[in-house]
Amino acid sequence: MVEKSKKAEVLNLSFGYSPAVKVIRSINLPIYQNTVTALIGPSGCGKSTLLRCFNRMHDLYGQVKYEGEIKLYPESVNILSSTVDPIEVRMKVGMVFQKPNPFPKSIFENIAYGLRVRGIKKRSYIDDKVEDSLKKAGLWDEVSSRLHTSAAALSGGQQQRLCIARALATEPDLLLLDEPTSALDPISTAHIEELLAELKKSVTILMVTHNLHQAARTADYTAFMYLGDLIEFGESDQIFTNPKEQRTENYITGRFG
Amino acid sequence: MKEGFSDPKSFKRRAREVKELLIKSILFCCAASSVLITFGVVWTLLKEALPFFQEVSFGQFLFDTEWTPLFEDPKYGIMTLVSGTLLTTFIALTVAIPLGTITAVFLSEYCSANVREILKPVLELLAAVPTVVYGYFALLFVTPLLQKIIPDLASFNALSAGLVMGVMIIPYVSSLTEDAMRAVPVYLREGSLALGASNFQTSFKVIVPSAFSGIASAYVLGISRALGETMVVAIAAGLQPRLSFNPLESTETLTAYIVQVSMGDLPQGSIGYKTIYVAGSVLLLFTLVFNLIGQRIRSRVEKKAK
Repeated sequence: MVEKSKKAEVLNLSFGYSPAVKVIRSINLPIYQNTVTALIGPSGCGKSTLLRCFNRMHDLYGQVKYEGEIKLYPESVNILSSTVDPIEVRMKVGMVFQKPNPFPKSIFENIAYGLRVRGIKKRSYIDDKVEDSLKKAGLWDEVSSRLHTSAAALSGGQQQRLCIARALATEPDLLLLDEPTSALDPISTAHIEELLAELKKSVTILMVTHNLHQAARTADYTAFMYLGDLIEFGESDQIFTNPKEQRTENYITGRFG
Repeated sequence: MKEGFSDPKSFKRRAREVKELLIKSILFCCAASSVLITFGVVWTLLKEALPFFQEVSFGQFLFDTEWTPLFEDPKYGIMTLVSGTLLTTFIALTVAIPLGTITAVFLSEYCSANVREILKPVLELLAAVPTVVYGYFALLFVTPLLQKIIPDLASFNALSAGLVMGVMIIPYVSSLTEDAMRAVPVYLREGSLALGASNFQTSFKVIVPSAFSGIASAYVLGISRALGETMVVAIAAGLQPRLSFNPLESTETLTAYIVQVSMGDLPQGSIGYKTIYVAGSVLLLFTLVFNLIGQRIRSRVEKKAK
Protein backbone atom coordinates (compact mmCIF):
# COMPACT_ATOMS: atom_id res chain seq x y z
CA MET A 1 0.00 0.00 0.00
CA VAL A 2 1.21 3.45 -0.86
CA GLU A 3 2.13 5.65 2.11
CA LYS A 4 -0.67 8.14 2.61
CA SER A 5 -0.78 11.52 4.24
CA LYS A 6 -1.82 11.66 7.85
CA LYS A 7 -5.27 12.92 8.86
CA ALA A 8 -4.54 12.73 12.55
CA GLU A 9 -1.86 11.57 14.86
CA VAL A 10 -1.85 10.49 18.48
CA LEU A 11 1.33 11.60 20.22
CA ASN A 12 2.35 10.12 23.53
CA LEU A 13 -1.24 10.19 24.85
CA SER A 14 -2.06 9.06 28.35
CA PHE A 15 -5.49 9.40 29.85
CA GLY A 16 -7.29 8.27 32.98
CA TYR A 17 -10.53 9.16 34.71
CA SER A 18 -8.54 9.85 37.87
CA PRO A 19 -4.93 11.06 37.90
CA ALA A 20 -3.67 7.94 39.63
CA VAL A 21 -5.15 5.38 37.26
CA LYS A 22 -4.24 5.64 33.61
CA VAL A 23 -6.63 3.78 31.33
CA ILE A 24 -4.39 4.31 28.32
CA ARG A 25 -0.67 4.97 28.45
CA SER A 26 1.72 6.65 26.05
CA ILE A 27 -0.19 5.88 22.89
CA ASN A 28 1.38 6.81 19.56
CA LEU A 29 -0.76 6.20 16.53
CA PRO A 30 -0.99 7.70 13.04
CA ILE A 31 -4.37 7.89 11.29
CA TYR A 32 -3.96 8.02 7.52
CA GLN A 33 -6.25 10.01 5.31
CA ASN A 34 -9.05 8.14 3.52
CA THR A 35 -8.36 4.86 5.24
CA VAL A 36 -10.13 2.73 7.79
CA THR A 37 -8.15 2.11 10.96
CA ALA A 38 -9.41 -0.53 13.37
CA LEU A 39 -8.72 -0.57 17.09
CA ILE A 40 -8.84 -4.11 18.44
CA GLY A 41 -8.11 -5.67 21.79
CA PRO A 42 -9.82 -7.43 24.67
CA SER A 43 -12.51 -5.67 26.72
CA GLY A 44 -11.06 -3.07 29.05
CA CYS A 45 -7.94 -2.52 26.97
CA GLY A 46 -8.77 1.17 26.53
CA LYS A 47 -9.71 1.22 22.87
CA SER A 48 -13.06 2.95 23.42
CA THR A 49 -11.38 5.34 25.86
CA LEU A 50 -8.87 6.21 23.15
CA LEU A 51 -11.62 6.62 20.57
CA ARG A 52 -13.55 8.96 22.84
CA CYS A 53 -10.50 11.19 23.22
CA PHE A 54 -10.78 12.04 19.52
CA ASN A 55 -14.02 13.97 20.02
CA ARG A 56 -13.39 14.99 23.62
CA MET A 57 -16.34 12.95 24.93
CA HIS A 58 -14.53 12.57 28.23
CA ASP A 59 -14.99 16.28 28.80
CA LEU A 60 -18.68 15.64 29.47
CA TYR A 61 -17.90 13.83 32.67
CA GLY A 62 -16.13 16.32 34.87
CA GLN A 63 -12.67 17.74 34.91
CA VAL A 64 -10.38 15.58 32.85
CA LYS A 65 -6.76 15.92 31.97
CA TYR A 66 -5.32 14.61 28.77
CA GLU A 67 -1.57 14.10 28.71
CA GLY A 68 -0.05 14.13 25.26
CA GLU A 69 -1.62 15.25 22.02
CA ILE A 70 -3.93 14.32 19.22
CA LYS A 71 -3.00 16.40 16.20
CA LEU A 72 -5.57 16.94 13.50
CA TYR A 73 -4.22 17.70 10.02
CA PRO A 74 -3.97 19.74 7.87
CA GLU A 75 -4.56 22.31 10.65
CA SER A 76 -1.96 20.59 12.80
CA VAL A 77 -3.87 21.59 15.92
CA ASN A 78 -3.76 19.60 19.14
CA ILE A 79 -7.47 18.95 19.66
CA LEU A 80 -6.87 17.95 23.27
CA SER A 81 -5.49 21.34 24.19
CA SER A 82 -7.50 23.15 26.85
CA THR A 83 -7.63 26.19 24.57
CA VAL A 84 -9.52 24.22 21.91
CA ASP A 85 -13.32 24.26 22.24
CA PRO A 86 -14.61 20.67 22.46
CA ILE A 87 -17.71 21.68 20.51
CA GLU A 88 -15.51 22.76 17.59
CA VAL A 89 -13.69 19.44 17.80
CA ARG A 90 -16.98 17.58 17.60
CA MET A 91 -17.98 19.62 14.59
CA LYS A 92 -14.98 18.19 12.77
CA VAL A 93 -14.98 14.70 14.24
CA GLY A 94 -18.20 12.72 13.88
CA MET A 95 -19.12 9.68 15.91
CA VAL A 96 -21.36 6.65 15.54
CA PHE A 97 -22.15 4.70 18.68
CA GLN A 98 -22.43 1.05 19.53
CA LYS A 99 -26.17 1.20 19.95
CA PRO A 100 -28.11 2.96 17.20
CA ASN A 101 -29.28 6.20 18.76
CA PRO A 102 -31.65 8.04 16.45
CA PHE A 103 -33.34 11.01 18.07
CA PRO A 104 -37.09 10.79 18.60
CA LYS A 105 -37.66 12.85 15.48
CA SER A 106 -38.36 12.15 11.84
CA ILE A 107 -35.73 10.62 9.58
CA PHE A 108 -35.28 13.99 7.90
CA GLU A 109 -34.93 15.88 11.17
CA ASN A 110 -32.42 13.39 12.51
CA ILE A 111 -30.08 14.16 9.65
CA ALA A 112 -30.83 17.86 9.58
CA TYR A 113 -30.05 18.08 13.30
CA GLY A 114 -26.29 18.40 12.91
CA LEU A 115 -26.80 21.12 10.31
CA ARG A 116 -29.36 22.96 12.40
CA VAL A 117 -27.12 23.06 15.45
CA ARG A 118 -24.54 24.71 13.22
CA GLY A 119 -27.05 27.44 12.51
CA ILE A 120 -27.73 26.38 8.92
CA LYS A 121 -31.25 27.40 7.99
CA LYS A 122 -31.30 27.34 4.20
CA ARG A 123 -33.99 24.86 3.31
CA SER A 124 -32.63 23.83 -0.09
CA TYR A 125 -29.16 23.21 1.32
CA ILE A 126 -30.56 21.04 4.13
CA ASP A 127 -32.75 19.12 1.67
CA ASP A 128 -29.76 18.40 -0.56
CA LYS A 129 -27.57 17.43 2.33
CA VAL A 130 -30.15 15.04 3.77
CA GLU A 131 -30.53 13.29 0.43
CA ASP A 132 -26.80 13.22 -0.18
CA SER A 133 -26.01 11.78 3.26
CA LEU A 134 -28.71 9.15 3.05
CA LYS A 135 -27.36 8.10 -0.34
CA LYS A 136 -23.83 7.86 1.04
CA ALA A 137 -25.10 5.76 3.92
CA GLY A 138 -26.94 3.48 1.49
CA LEU A 139 -30.31 4.23 3.03
CA TRP A 140 -31.88 6.58 0.51
CA ASP A 141 -33.72 3.95 -1.53
CA GLU A 142 -35.30 2.49 1.59
CA VAL A 143 -36.48 5.72 3.18
CA SER A 144 -36.86 8.35 0.45
CA SER A 145 -40.65 7.94 0.42
CA ARG A 146 -41.01 8.37 4.18
CA LEU A 147 -38.48 10.98 5.20
CA HIS A 148 -40.92 12.65 7.51
CA THR A 149 -41.92 9.58 9.48
CA SER A 150 -40.40 8.65 12.82
CA ALA A 151 -36.87 7.27 12.76
CA ALA A 152 -37.84 4.94 15.58
CA ALA A 153 -39.83 2.82 13.12
CA LEU A 154 -36.68 1.79 11.21
CA SER A 155 -34.97 -1.55 11.84
CA GLY A 156 -31.80 -1.65 13.93
CA GLY A 157 -29.55 -1.84 10.87
CA GLN A 158 -31.39 1.01 9.18
CA GLN A 159 -31.17 3.06 12.36
CA GLN A 160 -27.43 2.56 12.46
CA ARG A 161 -27.07 3.63 8.84
CA LEU A 162 -29.24 6.62 9.70
CA CYS A 163 -26.78 7.47 12.46
CA ILE A 164 -23.94 7.18 9.97
CA ALA A 165 -25.83 9.46 7.57
CA ARG A 166 -26.43 11.88 10.42
CA ALA A 167 -22.72 12.00 11.14
CA LEU A 168 -21.85 12.37 7.45
CA ALA A 169 -24.23 15.27 6.90
CA THR A 170 -21.92 17.59 8.78
CA GLU A 171 -18.96 16.59 6.59
CA PRO A 172 -16.62 15.47 9.35
CA ASP A 173 -12.88 15.21 8.74
CA LEU A 174 -12.75 12.09 10.81
CA LEU A 175 -15.49 9.58 11.59
CA LEU A 176 -15.32 7.56 14.79
CA LEU A 177 -17.19 4.27 14.94
CA ASP A 178 -17.54 2.64 18.34
CA GLU A 179 -18.35 -1.02 17.67
CA PRO A 180 -20.89 0.08 15.07
CA THR A 181 -22.20 -3.38 14.27
CA SER A 182 -22.13 -5.13 17.61
CA ALA A 183 -25.86 -4.61 18.14
CA LEU A 184 -26.78 -5.66 14.60
CA ASP A 185 -27.62 -8.90 12.83
CA PRO A 186 -25.19 -10.38 10.26
CA ILE A 187 -26.99 -8.97 7.23
CA SER A 188 -27.06 -5.44 8.59
CA THR A 189 -23.44 -5.88 9.61
CA ALA A 190 -22.46 -6.87 6.07
CA HIS A 191 -24.33 -3.84 4.79
CA ILE A 192 -22.35 -1.52 6.99
CA GLU A 193 -19.03 -3.19 6.22
CA GLU A 194 -19.65 -2.70 2.50
CA LEU A 195 -20.50 0.87 3.23
CA LEU A 196 -17.17 1.52 4.94
CA ALA A 197 -15.24 0.73 1.78
CA GLU A 198 -17.31 3.32 -0.05
CA LEU A 199 -17.20 5.90 2.74
CA LYS A 200 -13.47 6.01 3.13
CA LYS A 201 -13.22 7.69 -0.27
CA SER A 202 -14.62 10.82 1.35
CA VAL A 203 -13.85 10.51 5.05
CA THR A 204 -11.17 9.04 7.29
CA ILE A 205 -12.52 6.35 9.59
CA LEU A 206 -11.37 5.15 12.99
CA MET A 207 -13.29 2.17 14.28
CA VAL A 208 -13.35 0.16 17.49
CA THR A 209 -14.37 -3.41 16.92
CA HIS A 210 -14.53 -6.67 18.80
CA ASN A 211 -14.98 -8.57 15.60
CA LEU A 212 -11.55 -9.52 14.31
CA HIS A 213 -12.90 -10.70 10.98
CA GLN A 214 -14.51 -7.32 10.56
CA ALA A 215 -11.18 -5.60 11.21
CA ALA A 216 -9.41 -7.92 8.78
CA ARG A 217 -12.08 -7.43 6.12
CA THR A 218 -12.66 -3.70 6.33
CA ALA A 219 -9.66 -1.98 7.88
CA ASP A 220 -6.57 -0.84 6.04
CA TYR A 221 -4.70 -0.45 9.30
CA THR A 222 -5.16 -2.19 12.60
CA ALA A 223 -3.94 -1.27 16.04
CA PHE A 224 -3.88 -3.88 18.77
CA MET A 225 -4.24 -2.61 22.32
CA TYR A 226 -3.80 -4.49 25.53
CA LEU A 227 -4.23 -3.25 29.11
CA GLY A 228 -3.97 0.38 28.09
CA ASP A 229 -0.91 0.00 25.89
CA LEU A 230 -0.73 0.06 22.15
CA ILE A 231 1.06 -3.22 21.43
CA GLU A 232 1.24 -3.19 17.69
CA PHE A 233 0.12 -1.07 14.78
CA GLY A 234 0.42 -1.83 11.11
CA GLU A 235 -1.38 -2.62 7.90
CA SER A 236 -4.17 -5.07 8.59
CA ASP A 237 -2.70 -7.67 6.24
CA GLN A 238 0.49 -7.69 8.21
CA ILE A 239 -1.19 -7.66 11.64
CA PHE A 240 -3.48 -10.55 10.82
CA THR A 241 -1.05 -12.70 8.86
CA ASN A 242 2.32 -11.87 10.25
CA PRO A 243 2.15 -10.09 13.61
CA LYS A 244 5.47 -9.04 15.04
CA GLU A 245 4.42 -9.22 18.67
CA GLN A 246 3.69 -12.45 20.45
CA ARG A 247 0.74 -10.92 22.32
CA THR A 248 -0.86 -9.78 19.06
CA GLU A 249 -0.52 -13.24 17.66
CA ASN A 250 -1.98 -14.81 20.79
CA TYR A 251 -4.97 -12.48 20.62
CA ILE A 252 -5.78 -12.85 16.95
CA THR A 253 -5.42 -16.60 17.10
CA GLY A 254 -7.81 -16.69 20.04
CA ARG A 255 -5.39 -17.85 22.67
CA PHE A 256 -6.56 -15.13 25.06
CA GLY A 257 -8.84 -12.16 25.17
CA MET B 1 -33.64 -38.28 50.42
CA LYS B 2 -35.13 -36.66 47.33
CA GLU B 3 -38.80 -35.86 47.46
CA GLY B 4 -41.07 -36.88 44.62
CA PHE B 5 -44.08 -34.92 43.36
CA SER B 6 -46.78 -34.39 45.96
CA ASP B 7 -50.28 -35.77 45.76
CA PRO B 8 -52.65 -32.93 44.76
CA LYS B 9 -54.89 -33.86 47.69
CA SER B 10 -52.12 -33.93 50.29
CA PHE B 11 -52.36 -31.57 53.23
CA LYS B 12 -49.07 -29.87 52.46
CA ARG B 13 -50.14 -29.09 48.93
CA ARG B 14 -53.56 -27.86 50.02
CA ALA B 15 -52.08 -25.67 52.74
CA ARG B 16 -49.77 -24.00 50.27
CA GLU B 17 -52.58 -23.35 47.83
CA VAL B 18 -54.80 -21.87 50.52
CA LYS B 19 -51.98 -19.63 51.69
CA GLU B 20 -51.33 -18.35 48.17
CA LEU B 21 -55.02 -17.68 47.68
CA LEU B 22 -55.20 -15.81 50.97
CA ILE B 23 -52.24 -13.62 50.09
CA LYS B 24 -53.68 -12.93 46.68
CA SER B 25 -57.02 -11.91 48.19
CA ILE B 26 -55.39 -9.57 50.69
CA LEU B 27 -53.37 -7.91 47.95
CA PHE B 28 -56.45 -7.59 45.79
CA CYS B 29 -58.43 -5.96 48.59
CA CYS B 30 -55.69 -3.40 49.14
CA ALA B 31 -55.56 -2.59 45.45
CA ALA B 32 -59.34 -2.47 45.17
CA SER B 33 -59.81 -0.25 48.20
CA SER B 34 -58.42 2.85 46.50
CA VAL B 35 -60.74 2.29 43.56
CA LEU B 36 -63.68 1.78 45.90
CA ILE B 37 -62.86 4.89 47.87
CA THR B 38 -62.70 6.90 44.67
CA PHE B 39 -66.11 5.63 43.67
CA GLY B 40 -67.35 6.33 47.18
CA VAL B 41 -66.21 9.93 46.94
CA VAL B 42 -67.83 10.39 43.55
CA TRP B 43 -71.04 8.81 44.78
CA THR B 44 -71.21 11.04 47.87
CA LEU B 45 -70.62 14.11 45.75
CA LEU B 46 -73.20 13.21 43.15
CA LYS B 47 -75.81 12.08 45.67
CA GLU B 48 -75.93 15.57 47.13
CA ALA B 49 -75.17 17.44 43.95
CA LEU B 50 -77.79 15.97 41.67
CA PRO B 51 -80.84 17.07 43.75
CA PHE B 52 -79.47 20.58 43.42
CA PHE B 53 -80.56 20.58 39.81
CA GLN B 54 -84.16 19.85 40.80
CA GLU B 55 -84.21 23.32 42.28
CA VAL B 56 -81.90 25.18 39.95
CA SER B 57 -81.95 24.84 36.19
CA PHE B 58 -78.83 24.10 34.17
CA GLY B 59 -79.32 27.37 32.35
CA GLN B 60 -79.16 29.39 35.55
CA PHE B 61 -76.24 27.31 36.74
CA LEU B 62 -74.16 27.88 33.65
CA PHE B 63 -75.18 31.35 32.56
CA ASP B 64 -75.97 33.33 35.67
CA THR B 65 -73.29 35.90 36.28
CA GLU B 66 -73.51 35.89 40.04
CA TRP B 67 -73.03 33.31 42.74
CA THR B 68 -75.01 34.26 45.83
CA PRO B 69 -76.61 31.05 47.10
CA LEU B 70 -76.92 32.26 50.67
CA PHE B 71 -78.49 35.64 49.96
CA GLU B 72 -82.15 36.57 50.05
CA ASP B 73 -82.19 36.53 46.29
CA PRO B 74 -79.99 33.54 45.52
CA LYS B 75 -78.10 33.30 42.23
CA TYR B 76 -76.26 30.19 41.16
CA GLY B 77 -73.87 31.17 38.36
CA ILE B 78 -71.10 28.60 38.76
CA MET B 79 -69.00 30.33 36.09
CA THR B 80 -68.02 32.94 38.64
CA LEU B 81 -66.26 30.32 40.71
CA VAL B 82 -64.95 28.58 37.60
CA SER B 83 -63.46 31.81 36.31
CA GLY B 84 -61.76 32.42 39.67
CA THR B 85 -60.37 28.89 39.68
CA LEU B 86 -59.12 29.10 36.11
CA LEU B 87 -57.65 32.53 36.65
CA THR B 88 -55.62 31.62 39.73
CA THR B 89 -54.61 28.31 38.14
CA PHE B 90 -53.46 30.07 34.99
CA ILE B 91 -51.40 32.59 36.95
CA ALA B 92 -49.87 29.79 38.99
CA LEU B 93 -48.94 27.83 35.89
CA THR B 94 -47.32 30.80 34.19
CA VAL B 95 -44.95 30.75 37.15
CA ALA B 96 -44.62 27.05 37.81
CA ILE B 97 -44.25 25.64 34.32
CA PRO B 98 -41.45 27.87 33.00
CA LEU B 99 -39.56 28.04 36.29
CA GLY B 100 -40.09 24.35 37.03
CA THR B 101 -38.94 23.30 33.59
CA ILE B 102 -35.92 25.56 33.57
CA THR B 103 -34.98 24.38 37.05
CA ALA B 104 -35.27 20.78 35.88
CA VAL B 105 -33.08 21.47 32.85
CA PHE B 106 -30.48 23.03 35.08
CA LEU B 107 -30.57 20.20 37.61
CA SER B 108 -30.52 17.47 35.00
CA GLU B 109 -28.24 18.88 32.31
CA TYR B 110 -26.06 21.59 33.73
CA CYS B 111 -25.19 21.33 37.38
CA SER B 112 -22.72 18.94 38.90
CA ALA B 113 -23.79 16.03 41.07
CA ASN B 114 -22.65 17.86 44.20
CA VAL B 115 -24.70 20.96 43.50
CA ARG B 116 -27.71 18.83 42.63
CA GLU B 117 -27.51 16.99 45.90
CA ILE B 118 -27.78 20.25 47.80
CA LEU B 119 -30.21 22.04 45.53
CA LYS B 120 -32.79 19.31 45.11
CA PRO B 121 -33.69 18.83 48.78
CA VAL B 122 -33.82 22.58 49.28
CA LEU B 123 -36.17 22.90 46.35
CA GLU B 124 -38.34 20.11 47.64
CA LEU B 125 -38.56 21.99 50.90
CA LEU B 126 -40.78 24.44 49.02
CA ALA B 127 -43.35 21.67 48.85
CA ALA B 128 -43.01 21.00 52.55
CA VAL B 129 -44.08 24.50 53.62
CA PRO B 130 -47.69 24.32 54.88
CA THR B 131 -50.06 25.91 52.39
CA VAL B 132 -51.56 28.12 55.09
CA VAL B 133 -48.14 29.70 55.47
CA TYR B 134 -48.04 30.36 51.75
CA GLY B 135 -51.46 31.93 52.05
CA TYR B 136 -50.31 34.45 54.61
CA PHE B 137 -47.09 34.98 52.72
CA ALA B 138 -49.16 35.96 49.69
CA LEU B 139 -51.49 38.18 51.69
CA LEU B 140 -49.02 39.91 53.97
CA PHE B 141 -45.82 39.98 51.92
CA VAL B 142 -46.43 39.58 48.21
CA THR B 143 -49.55 41.71 47.96
CA PRO B 144 -48.01 44.78 49.69
CA LEU B 145 -44.94 44.34 47.51
CA LEU B 146 -47.02 44.20 44.35
CA GLN B 147 -49.07 47.19 45.48
CA LYS B 148 -45.92 49.28 45.29
CA ILE B 149 -45.75 48.49 41.57
CA ILE B 150 -49.48 48.31 40.86
CA PRO B 151 -51.16 50.86 43.13
CA ASP B 152 -54.76 49.85 42.38
CA LEU B 153 -54.21 46.24 43.30
CA ALA B 154 -56.90 45.09 45.72
CA SER B 155 -55.63 43.79 49.04
CA PHE B 156 -57.25 40.45 48.25
CA ASN B 157 -56.40 39.59 44.67
CA ALA B 158 -55.98 36.71 42.27
CA LEU B 159 -52.55 37.85 41.16
CA SER B 160 -50.57 37.39 44.34
CA ALA B 161 -52.45 34.23 45.31
CA GLY B 162 -51.71 32.79 41.87
CA LEU B 163 -48.06 33.79 41.93
CA VAL B 164 -47.46 32.27 45.34
CA MET B 165 -49.35 29.15 44.38
CA GLY B 166 -47.09 28.92 41.35
CA VAL B 167 -44.01 29.03 43.55
CA MET B 168 -45.54 26.35 45.71
CA ILE B 169 -46.02 24.10 42.69
CA ILE B 170 -42.51 24.55 41.24
CA PRO B 171 -41.04 21.55 43.06
CA TYR B 172 -43.80 19.26 41.79
CA VAL B 173 -43.13 20.30 38.23
CA SER B 174 -39.35 20.44 38.45
CA SER B 175 -38.90 17.21 40.34
CA LEU B 176 -40.94 15.08 37.95
CA THR B 177 -39.56 16.89 34.92
CA GLU B 178 -36.04 16.30 36.08
CA ASP B 179 -36.73 12.62 36.69
CA ALA B 180 -38.11 12.35 33.18
CA MET B 181 -35.10 14.11 31.68
CA ARG B 182 -32.60 12.04 33.57
CA ALA B 183 -34.35 8.90 32.39
CA VAL B 184 -33.46 9.83 28.80
CA PRO B 185 -30.77 7.33 27.79
CA VAL B 186 -27.24 8.67 27.91
CA TYR B 187 -26.66 7.57 24.31
CA LEU B 188 -29.15 10.15 23.05
CA ARG B 189 -27.40 12.89 24.99
CA GLU B 190 -23.99 11.78 23.74
CA GLY B 191 -25.34 11.40 20.22
CA SER B 192 -26.42 15.01 20.18
CA LEU B 193 -23.24 16.36 21.76
CA ALA B 194 -21.11 14.28 19.40
CA LEU B 195 -22.70 16.16 16.50
CA GLY B 196 -21.31 19.37 17.89
CA ALA B 197 -24.49 20.48 19.65
CA SER B 198 -24.13 22.67 22.71
CA ASN B 199 -25.54 21.70 26.08
CA PHE B 200 -28.40 24.11 25.51
CA GLN B 201 -29.27 22.69 22.10
CA THR B 202 -29.04 19.16 23.43
CA SER B 203 -31.30 19.98 26.36
CA PHE B 204 -34.08 21.64 24.43
CA LYS B 205 -33.91 19.86 21.08
CA VAL B 206 -33.23 16.31 22.17
CA ILE B 207 -33.67 15.75 25.89
CA VAL B 208 -36.90 17.68 26.45
CA PRO B 209 -38.66 16.16 23.39
CA SER B 210 -37.47 12.69 24.41
CA ALA B 211 -38.76 13.15 27.92
CA PHE B 212 -41.97 14.77 26.79
CA SER B 213 -44.40 12.19 28.09
CA GLY B 214 -42.89 12.40 31.56
CA ILE B 215 -42.83 16.18 31.38
CA ALA B 216 -46.49 16.22 30.35
CA SER B 217 -47.33 14.21 33.47
CA ALA B 218 -45.42 16.71 35.55
CA TYR B 219 -47.44 19.55 34.05
CA VAL B 220 -50.72 17.72 34.59
CA LEU B 221 -49.82 17.13 38.21
CA GLY B 222 -49.02 20.83 38.52
CA ILE B 223 -52.37 21.76 36.98
CA SER B 224 -54.23 19.41 39.29
CA ARG B 225 -52.44 20.85 42.29
CA ALA B 226 -53.28 24.38 41.21
CA LEU B 227 -56.94 23.58 40.57
CA GLY B 228 -57.34 21.86 43.89
CA GLU B 229 -55.31 24.24 46.01
CA THR B 230 -57.44 25.79 48.72
CA MET B 231 -55.65 27.57 51.50
CA VAL B 232 -53.62 30.06 49.50
CA VAL B 233 -56.58 31.25 47.48
CA ALA B 234 -58.97 31.24 50.43
CA ILE B 235 -56.63 33.48 52.37
CA ALA B 236 -55.11 35.73 49.73
CA ALA B 237 -57.55 35.89 46.82
CA GLY B 238 -60.56 36.99 48.81
CA LEU B 239 -63.96 35.38 48.98
CA GLN B 240 -65.89 37.33 46.39
CA PRO B 241 -67.20 35.31 43.48
CA ARG B 242 -66.77 37.40 40.38
CA LEU B 243 -67.17 36.54 36.74
CA SER B 244 -64.00 38.20 35.62
CA PHE B 245 -60.50 37.41 34.54
CA ASN B 246 -58.99 40.51 36.03
CA PRO B 247 -56.07 39.39 38.20
CA LEU B 248 -56.00 42.64 40.14
CA GLU B 249 -59.38 42.14 41.75
CA SER B 250 -60.41 39.75 44.45
CA THR B 251 -62.02 36.53 43.36
CA GLU B 252 -63.21 33.23 44.71
CA THR B 253 -62.33 29.74 43.57
CA LEU B 254 -64.40 26.58 43.80
CA THR B 255 -62.22 25.33 46.63
CA ALA B 256 -62.30 28.58 48.56
CA TYR B 257 -66.09 28.64 48.33
CA ILE B 258 -66.32 25.13 49.77
CA VAL B 259 -64.16 26.13 52.72
CA GLN B 260 -66.06 29.32 53.30
CA VAL B 261 -69.46 27.67 53.29
CA SER B 262 -68.46 24.50 55.09
CA MET B 263 -67.38 26.53 58.07
CA GLY B 264 -70.80 28.10 58.49
CA ASP B 265 -73.69 26.10 59.94
CA LEU B 266 -75.81 25.18 56.97
CA PRO B 267 -78.73 22.87 57.64
CA GLN B 268 -78.24 19.52 55.95
CA GLY B 269 -80.32 19.17 52.83
CA SER B 270 -80.70 22.91 52.29
CA ILE B 271 -79.83 24.37 48.94
CA GLY B 272 -76.74 26.03 50.37
CA TYR B 273 -75.58 22.68 51.67
CA LYS B 274 -76.02 21.16 48.23
CA THR B 275 -73.97 23.90 46.58
CA ILE B 276 -70.92 22.59 48.41
CA TYR B 277 -71.31 19.30 46.65
CA VAL B 278 -72.03 20.91 43.34
CA ALA B 279 -68.86 22.99 43.57
CA GLY B 280 -66.96 19.85 44.57
CA SER B 281 -68.32 17.93 41.60
CA VAL B 282 -67.35 20.66 39.18
CA LEU B 283 -63.84 20.69 40.65
CA LEU B 284 -63.60 16.93 40.32
CA LEU B 285 -64.74 17.21 36.73
CA PHE B 286 -61.94 19.66 35.99
CA THR B 287 -59.16 17.58 37.51
CA LEU B 288 -60.56 14.51 35.79
CA VAL B 289 -60.53 16.22 32.42
CA PHE B 290 -56.94 17.38 32.87
CA ASN B 291 -55.85 13.94 33.97
CA LEU B 292 -57.45 12.41 30.90
CA ILE B 293 -55.76 14.96 28.66
CA GLY B 294 -52.45 14.12 30.32
CA GLN B 295 -52.96 10.41 29.79
CA ARG B 296 -53.90 11.04 26.18
CA ILE B 297 -50.73 13.04 25.54
CA ARG B 298 -48.64 10.40 27.25
CA SER B 299 -50.02 7.47 25.34
CA ARG B 300 -49.79 9.34 22.07
CA VAL B 301 -46.16 10.23 22.64
CA GLU B 302 -45.35 6.70 23.71
CA LYS B 303 -47.03 5.30 20.63
CA LYS B 304 -45.08 7.68 18.46
CA ALA B 305 -41.81 6.65 20.07
CA LYS B 306 -42.47 3.02 19.23
